[in-house]
Amino acid sequence: MVVRLAVNVVRFIVTFFVATVAVFALMRAIPGDPAQISLGVNASPELLAQTRREFGTDRPLIAQYFDWVSGLPQGHFGVSFVTRRDISDMIADRVQVSLILVILSMIVALLIAVPFGTLAAVRHRRTSGILISGISQLGVAIPGFLAGIMLVVVFAVGLGWLPANGWTPPGQDFGDFASRIVLPVVALASVQGAILTRYVRSAVLEVMSEDYLRTARAKGLGKLEALVRHGLRNASIPVLTVTSIQLAALIIGAVVVERVFVIPGLGSMLLDAVGNRDMLSVQSVVMVLVAITLIINLIVDTLYTVLDPRIRKQA
Amino acid sequence: MESGSLVTTSMNPSSSINTEADAAADPLLQVTGLSVASRDRQLVQGFNLTMNRGERVGLIGESGSGKSMTSTALMGLLPEGVNAVGTVRLAGREGNLLTASDRQMCRIRGNDMTMVFQEPLTALNPLMKVGPQVAEVMVKHKNVTGRRAAKNKAVAMLASVRLPDPAQAAQAYPHQLSGGQRQRVMLAMALANDPELLLCDEPTTALDVTVQRQVLDLILESVRQRGTGLLFITHDLSVVANVCDRVLVMNKGVVVEEGSAAEVFTRPRHAYTRGLLAASDLDASDEDGRLFTVASAAAYVPPKIKEVLAPMPAATLRAPRSQVPESHGSPGGPATGVEPVISVKNLVRTYQRGRTSLFAKPLEVQALRGISFDVQAGQRFGVVGESGSGKSTLLRILAGLDQPTSGSVRVAGNEVAGARESALVDLRRQLQIVFQDPMGSLNPRMRVQEIIAEPLLAPGQKVDSARQRRLVAQMLAAVDLPADSAGRFPHQFSGGQRQRISIARALICEPRILVADEPVSALDVSVRAQVLNLLSDLVDQYQLTLVFVSHDLGVVRHICDNVVVMNQGEIVESGATEQIYEHPQHEYTRTLVGASMSLRSELAARAAQSKGRFHANL
Repeated sequence: MVVRLAVNVVRFIVTFFVATVAVFALMRAIPGDPAQISLGVNASPELLAQTRREFGTDRPLIAQYFDWVSGLPQGHFGVSFVTRRDISDMIADRVQVSLILVILSMIVALLIAVPFGTLAAVRHRRTSGILISGISQLGVAIPGFLAGIMLVVVFAVGLGWLPANGWTPPGQDFGDFASRIVLPVVALASVQGAILTRYVRSAVLEVMSEDYLRTARAKGLGKLEALVRHGLRNASIPVLTVTSIQLAALIIGAVVVERVFVIPGLGSMLLDAVGNRDMLSVQSVVMVLVAITLIINLIVDTLYTVLDPRIRKQA
Repeated sequence: MESGSLVTTSMNPSSSINTEADAAADPLLQVTGLSVASRDRQLVQGFNLTMNRGERVGLIGESGSGKSMTSTALMGLLPEGVNAVGTVRLAGREGNLLTASDRQMCRIRGNDMTMVFQEPLTALNPLMKVGPQVAEVMVKHKNVTGRRAAKNKAVAMLASVRLPDPAQAAQAYPHQLSGGQRQRVMLAMALANDPELLLCDEPTTALDVTVQRQVLDLILESVRQRGTGLLFITHDLSVVANVCDRVLVMNKGVVVEEGSAAEVFTRPRHAYTRGLLAASDLDASDEDGRLFTVASAAAYVPPKIKEVLAPMPAATLRAPRSQVPESHGSPGGPATGVEPVISVKNLVRTYQRGRTSLFAKPLEVQALRGISFDVQAGQRFGVVGESGSGKSTLLRILAGLDQPTSGSVRVAGNEVAGARESALVDLRRQLQIVFQDPMGSLNPRMRVQEIIAEPLLAPGQKVDSARQRRLVAQMLAAVDLPADSAGRFPHQFSGGQRQRISIARALICEPRILVADEPVSALDVSVRAQVLNLLSDLVDQYQLTLVFVSHDLGVVRHICDNVVVMNQGEIVESGATEQIYEHPQHEYTRTLVGASMSLRSELAARAAQSKGRFHANL
């Protein structure tokens, strides 16, 4: 177990630094001079040269790379060429927003998916099971932003129960934070919940046909009792895999919903940075995403070893 | 159907079994008119059975006979969409179990009536320690109270099924135990509440020969000690002969014959039983020296009690194949000047396991620890071993699918060690394999024509499509499949037919060597004899060298001239087949031969045990 963890941490570090090279190289392969972009086409050569010196873009690429990379472990990303603001501060704010939104949504999605998916599997031949299946199919087909717009139309505009958009940090005014986050979380969670319901259903269906569940029934356990005691932990392994993939995808994938609800998330920042040709910001955000994805994988891998004794020790 | 009239014995249990004490007391299990059907198919029809306390009944049948459906129906665990009608009564429980609610059945299952399943690997929850799994069944039925008591009782149960170090075994997960150990755990679970009736569905089929014997003995001993009734479901007649007093033979959902084990196995009345007996008796052969099949069973003489009681004169029963003129004699002897077709010298293959510690060396598994042997052209060479013996690794290396760690392997003039893939083309043409699982080894998306013709597409072969079709047609005829099979898909064939397709595929490029990897172990008994006969004929007809890998000593004995016995990556004994079977020298070979079962030996063992009672029955 310790070995596995150590191997995973090493893999994490190596992957991260391979990613820095790839991201840096890709960003520099895009034509365009940051100083020129910053100053406009009519800038004088002297000013351009000075700005380049200021940005550090006049130095060799390898030096620029090491400048950037050496700052990463401490969270120093540098100053944006476009906004002239410290990227680290911006990212810190944005990451917080995105993580709160996405993690809350995934929790709600799982709270929907686990019971309904299980029910759909147990009753897969009955009307209720088929109904859940059908609704989840529909949920998968609805794009998140459409769900968001419909929620706004009904609950914010129509009924006026909740604010339509905006973001308040939870530390500042928790009540306002809570009222503003309900609709975006529901919008994201309904779609994710539908996707996960389908995976939970198929995982539970698979487990239900396993021999050990038959053994449990032969021991005198009731149908549901056998499923809960012997089935769900087994079924949780494939569901965990999908959840982790969805979670990583949602950090950026939430951008559309962020736009609908005017939430300053990481996805919005990336989109803006790309639009402004703010290369340093783009590559910094991408590296943060890589780190988050790798951390999720690390946690999930550790969870696997907790859940499944077979991969704890291969001896 | 004449079978219906034969099912009468169940009405009169005392005639079939007079060894158990009071048959007059109310029976333990009474099944009348049990029929099981899915929406579109009748699976079991008119099944009757009366079992007394402590009685041991065998339910014999091939795949699809409905034997497993019968047992699951008794447990009330039929899959969705499958329904049972009739009555099932269990002593001490009111009413018909088939109409009882699931809540009522839950109180009976695991307590009065328990079950051991076939596949010990999948029948235990992989994420739960073994001790708690055993404890659960006792806690569930409130036969122990308190966690500590349940834990202790579970350890005691594990000790009673003779698991080494039961306290530690209780802390193990299923994957940390061997197949035999897992099946012991299943048995501990099934016996934990001291049930009246134990159902065993092929409990030893997935186990190695030596382990099978131990587990069977354990089951037999346990039910005898506790006076538990045993319903033993299997396809293997010799297993039943050892364990059961009374047997029922099922075919296509109907019981075709019932009687005491001795009666049914020595004086079968129904044609199907006779066919099954004939096909599973590897010691007997017809006048051409071939195994009996269901079709030729009419000429089969079942073992006589006298014959069974006397030590078996093996030589007279064996096929007189040694008289068949063969160009290459001297089995087992040193090479007769001709270069051997397969020559293995000091073959070593080691694998590395994943690291378990940062600093220690990764574990090495020695699959083959320096083995050497020669196979002469035209020989029928058997490789016998249990799981983990290294026989599969050996086979993979012979076929050039794996590389040796060290040592040399020459197959038909090709050196395998260090050879590149391109250099193995000739080897592949000279050596072809028939695999164990005829379903898994044939691509389900390809037609039989394409499957069989595929070896002809190997580089260096130029065979036009007309000739391909002609060759495929020839091969289909050679393996006795209808010519129109070529246009069909593998799933449209039965297991035996699929194995014929595999054989046709292996032989189409006219190899010199045919390697058969457990070719009949996935097949039903009645089909096994046919495939073995076919294989035997083709080996003669095409003058092949046969390498036959199997765990089944009976099959190897029938088909091979020479044999090597493998254990833990080493050859422990080699020589002429009869020599090894009659006079095993090595300890392991002796254990293996001792543990392997044949119908005759089991009947003999049984008869010897209860000679007095037995003669009274005749």
